[in-house]
Amino acid sequence: MIKGVFIIKLKGTKILMKVLKEEGVDTIFGFPGGAVLDIYDELVKTDIKHILVRHEQGAAHAADGYARASGKVGVCLVTSGPGATNTVTGIASAYMDSIPLVVFTGQVPTSLIGNDAFQEVDIVGITRPCTKHNYLVSDIKDLARIIKEAFYLARSGRPGPVLVDLPKDLIQSSAEYKPIKDVQLKSYNPTYEPSAKQLPKVIKLIKKSERPMIFAGGGVILSGASRELKLFANKIQAPVAASLMGLGAFPASDPLWLGMLGMHGTYRANMSSAECDLMIGIGVRFDDRVTGRTDAFASKAKIVHIDIDPTSISKNIRVSTPIVGDCKTTLKRLNKLLGSEDLKGLNKARKPWLDQIIEWRSTKPLAYEQEKAIKPQFVVETLYEVTKGEAIITTEVGQNQMWAAQYYHFDKPNSFLTSGGLGCMGYGLPAAIGAQVACPDRTVVDIAGDGSIQMNIQEMATAVQFNIPVKIAILNNGYLGMVRQWQELFYDKCYACTEMDHAPDFVKLAEAYGAVGLRATKPEEVKPLIKKALAIKKPVIMDFHVEREEGVYPMVPAGAAITDMLLV
Amino acid sequence: MKSEEITKRIYSLQVDNKPGVLSRIAGLFSGRGFNIESLCVAETTDPLVSRITLVTNGDRNILEQIKKHLNKLVDVIKVTDFNVTPFVQREMALIKIRAKAEYRAEILRMVDIFRSRIVDVGAEYYIIEVTGDEGKIAAFLELLKPMGIKEIARTGAIALAREKK
Ligand SMILES: Cc1ncc(C[n+]2csc(CCOP(=O)(O)OP(=O)(O)O)c2C)c(N)n1
Ligand SMILES: [Mg+2]
Repeated sequence: MIKGVFIIKLKGTKILMKVLKEEGVDTIFGFPGGAVLDIYDELVKTDIKHILVRHEQGAAHAADGYARASGKVGVCLVTSGPGATNTVTGIASAYMDSIPLVVFTGQVPTSLIGNDAFQEVDIVGITRPCTKHNYLVSDIKDLARIIKEAFYLARSGRPGPVLVDLPKDLIQSSAEYKPIKDVQLKSYNPTYEPSAKQLPKVIKLIKKSERPMIFAGGGVILSGASRELKLFANKIQAPVAASLMGLGAFPASDPLWLGMLGMHGTYRANMSSAECDLMIGIGVRFDDRVTGRTDAFASKAKIVHIDIDPTSISKNIRVSTPIVGDCKTTLKRLNKLLGSEDLKGLNKARKPWLDQIIEWRSTKPLAYEQEKAIKPQFVVETLYEVTKGEAIITTEVGQNQMWAAQYYHFDKPNSFLTSGGLGCMGYGLPAAIGAQVACPDRTVVDIAGDGSIQMNIQEMATAVQFNIPVKIAILNNGYLGMVRQWQELFYDKCYACTEMDHAPDFVKLAEAYGAVGLRATKPEEVKPLIKKALAIKKPVIMDFHVEREEGVYPMVPAGAAITDMLLV
Repeated sequence: MKSEEITKRIYSLQVDNKPGVLSRIAGLFSGRGFNIESLCVAETTDPLVSRITLVTNGDRNILEQIKKHLNKLVDVIKVTDFNVTPFVQREMALIKIRAKAEYRAEILRMVDIFRSRIVDVGAEYYIIEVTGDEGKIAAFLELLKPMGIKEIARTGAIALAREKK
């Protein structure tokens, strides 16, 4: 007798829905078309929510925002050809930032593949270098297993986007279906547990160090290791800096907080990196925007590097103690080892170092002066104040992104959502939509630039249609500001093609979409306007006309040493 | 990071025998600016698994990255680094050589010395098949060169790990 297992034949679309349910998918961001008609026909019969975006790039970014805010896998569904190619930028951004996505693309029927059929593209070929893995399903018998694998690959190890290409005839055909419990891949086995040999070396280095610092990155957030990091930093009395991706991994209100490290990092974080004698990098990849000139980076320090991806280690920076492992598991092990150490002398030994940092902080803090025109930094600071630091902030790219990183202080992980690695303009609005869907009770604000917001402005319609009350704060300087800043500093102020002198009236535009538009042109209007906007239960665009030629400082010119900071 | 001395390295990969795998590997090399000197693919006794022998070069740091990145590919089951494992390496070359009357005897003598074979003969040419390690083939080609090599096709290296005797 077969023990309670009934093998049934199901249509591909039904198998897809079954596996999605098994994987706990509650929301899909998508856009229909010919190749996915069958899937949509099935999807609407389930209780999975579908958010109809207005451009497939928006779907990928929204799924990304959803994933970052919720810690779950974000899911997209788009049609073949242009639907698929439109997702590529969003996939590439998720790939650079290690965000778990599963992207389902429709494909022309199997018999037409390779024929330049209508709306055929080789999306598996196109996305091979910007996905963690991808699949073209060619046998209906493989469908359930491949979808399971896709979710498993997306969220395990170093997370990332996985694409599954589904030919139309395949999804229409049927196969036997029985739920798959465990996914096993003989060639894929991420290392979560750090080598027990390496850990005591770290403890030794910590005890010997006079000037340690921790450098935390997105990996800490992805592995959910914030609590462990806080404990670790406090145990060893080491100050903590973060990469752009790491903001929120360590509370900005903690006295050990140094701020962001890198091109627009704080003076004290950058100075600390140059002066420390031990740097413990956790879930970071020592990107060029962080290190500046690599031979000058942390040149007095021994470097410990903890990361789950071995290819990140010793890629840009020579590391003295590499540890391949999950950030959370590794920090737990280190904290446990520290538990049996006598650390009483540490506080005293670290005092001169921590005093030095306090001095750097007080002599060269992040600063701006609020004059007649609204300063963009003031808008971000006021947002921070009014939201009490509890909002989810997404950003576009450029100066707006850097001011958001500098002046909004994050105490919690999964709260700062930004396209870090790809630096993709147009990320912020769709990502905010995704984050708001994941966290309906939180305030979600996209800190935007007047240039970037126009790259995916069409998603206003999505926000309005689905009552997703995101707030958009445009730091409207009438420029592609960050590029203008480089022109100002390095190209003799030749502002070639960076003036955005033909922008829409954002207030009217918001109204045209059925949202609310508000504008501030004077500093005293900023706070009341933000308060007003946050009280509105609809999407709101706040158009702040800010000082046009304000710059982001400190700034380390590309390729210079991290301590060669231009200060205001 | 500072670059160091460039050396050659052979990796042997066991990979899933699936479409697209070769493209992933080739894409990895082109995308990251690594070099491929030669690459040789064929099925193993397990039809689900192919073996790829890949010859590359780079400094220590690059070779380390190459190995890590190969290991990271989901379709790659195993990477053997022939820097740490003793191995046997062979390559085959087909050499089409001008066979003028005055050179014929000399060519035949060389074919004999190098334990190679003539596999095709024409009025004006020979095709020679030679196998050996890199050094042997290089030496052979060097000697044949003055007689006029018309065309050459090489398999690229293949290699297998030795086991304890
Ligand atoms: C898709 C894309 N295209 C081009 C760039 C290059 N770029 C980086 S910042 C920037 C200016 C952005 O202008 P805006 O959104 O107004 O922001 P601001 O710097 O003025 O705050 C540009 C064009 C980019 N990052 N992404
Ligand atoms: Mg601007």
